Amino acid sequence: MAKMFLSSIFLDPERVARLMEIGKNSFQPLLEGAIIYTIPLTLISFVCGLALAILTALARISGNKVLQTVARMYVSAVRGTPLLVQLFIIFYGLPTIGIIIDPFPSAIIGFSLNVGAYASEIIRAAILSIPKGQWEAGYSIGMSYPQTLKRIILPQASRVSIPPLSNTFISLVKDTSLASMILVTEMFRRAQEIAATNYEFLLLYMQAALIYWVICFLLSVVQGRIENRLDRYVSS
Amino acid sequence: MIKIKDLHKQFDQLKVLKGINLEVAKGKVVVVIGPSGSGKTTLLRCLNVLEQPTSGQIAIEDQVLDFSQQVPKKKIPSFRRLTGMVFQNYNLFPHMTALENIMEGPVTVKGEKKEAARKKAEMLLGKVGLGDKIHFYPFQLSGGQQQRVGIARALAMEPKVMLFDEPTSALDPELVGEVLKVMKDLANEGMTMVVVTHEMRFAREAADEVIFMDGGVVVERGNPEQIFSNPKEARTKQFLNLIQ
Repeated sequence: MAKMFLSSIFLDPERVARLMEIGKNSFQPLLEGAIIYTIPLTLISFVCGLALAILTALARISGNKVLQTVARMYVSAVRGTPLLVQLFIIFYGLPTIGIIIDPFPSAIIGFSLNVGAYASEIIRAAILSIPKGQWEAGYSIGMSYPQTLKRIILPQASRVSIPPLSNTFISLVKDTSLASMILVTEMFRRAQEIAATNYEFLLLYMQAALIYWVICFLLSVVQGRIENRLDRYVSS
Repeated sequence: MIKIKDLHKQFDQLKVLKGINLEVAKGKVVVVIGPSGSGKTTLLRCLNVLEQPTSGQIAIEDQVLDFSQQVPKKKIPSFRRLTGMVFQNYNLFPHMTALENIMEGPVTVKGEKKEAARKKAEMLLGKVGLGDKIHFYPFQLSGGQQQRVGIARALAMEPKVMLFDEPTSALDPELVGEVLKVMKDLANEGMTMVVVTHEMRFAREAADEVIFMDGGVVVERGNPEQIFSNPKEARTKQFLNLIQ
């Protein structure tokens, strides 16, 4: 039985040739999807999300009750609802009240909001992990709150937050496949479209999976380098 | 130089300072001693508003903060610049080299040119005996060396008064001397200093005035000879017996 199954895939020379042919032809459109959509979507969303996350974290640790509440509600709402539902609300929901946003910007907005919420908790924890004496040392040489934050606290907090932020970043790479559901022709949507014409679902989805894996692998290499660089001021 | 009037500090229900009055003349070295919990560190931290006093007045040179009213936040950074603070745990910036630690204030706060700030930082590091360690990160320095960088960092802002908060308490015994030497040199140069310490030898040798605090008040004050050899108050005697 197993032998029959294996032979049906691998030993039929015609079928092998057909798979090779499809694989070769689909590789380029998939890679294009990754380069034109998946990677820019990830990068732009991460940068916007990170900015949002820093602001949200600062709001959470500020003494201002209103800011704290707004930040907490935002984080709660985003973390408490599925990403796919958020994307549907932005792309399919908002047009019913007259707000029409194209697929790509819709995805950027959705992913940025998502990263902003999750990463804000990482950044808040990282800031709180820096000893109080560092703030005091900054103040004692006459620095203001923003100066101390920028020059003393955030550089140290960034070191602490690189591993968890890398997690967020790598999750984001893979989450961008959800943009296929709101008509962004990123890599996974292209895989779906090609598979729909030739019914080679396993091949196409494996191909897409492989490209995601390679991207994420490269990212973890970059993460390692950044960590090494930031670790230069701590004893090993 | 420094004038403290009826200073109170309360943490929730706990009254830590109960009406401190103190004057420090220019160029004088005042050493504050007392048991833990006596309020001496809090007093020092009030002097650069790391703790906001509950009421009272602090004047340093021509700047006056009156804590009986709401103190405008804008006034605090310029007030802080009158004093340099040396912390018990050094609190060096771990992500910066010794040189960068010292340059940080002049460059970021005062807007000095990097080149000028670097020259000054090198000079200060030489002065505290660390001319050969300028590119070391704090983790590569001993406690005594870190504390000397801490002193140089505070001096770089050219403060009118230097505040020392138990600067040798976290140090291994053999490293205390090198820090005290830097402090004595500074005193000899005429720097106005307020020092909270348990180093009675330093108090004897370098202080112009010793202040004994207990329970949030100044119990006794006088020159070192008077306090150490001939204390008047029972509490002072008791404390000195315990530590000597």
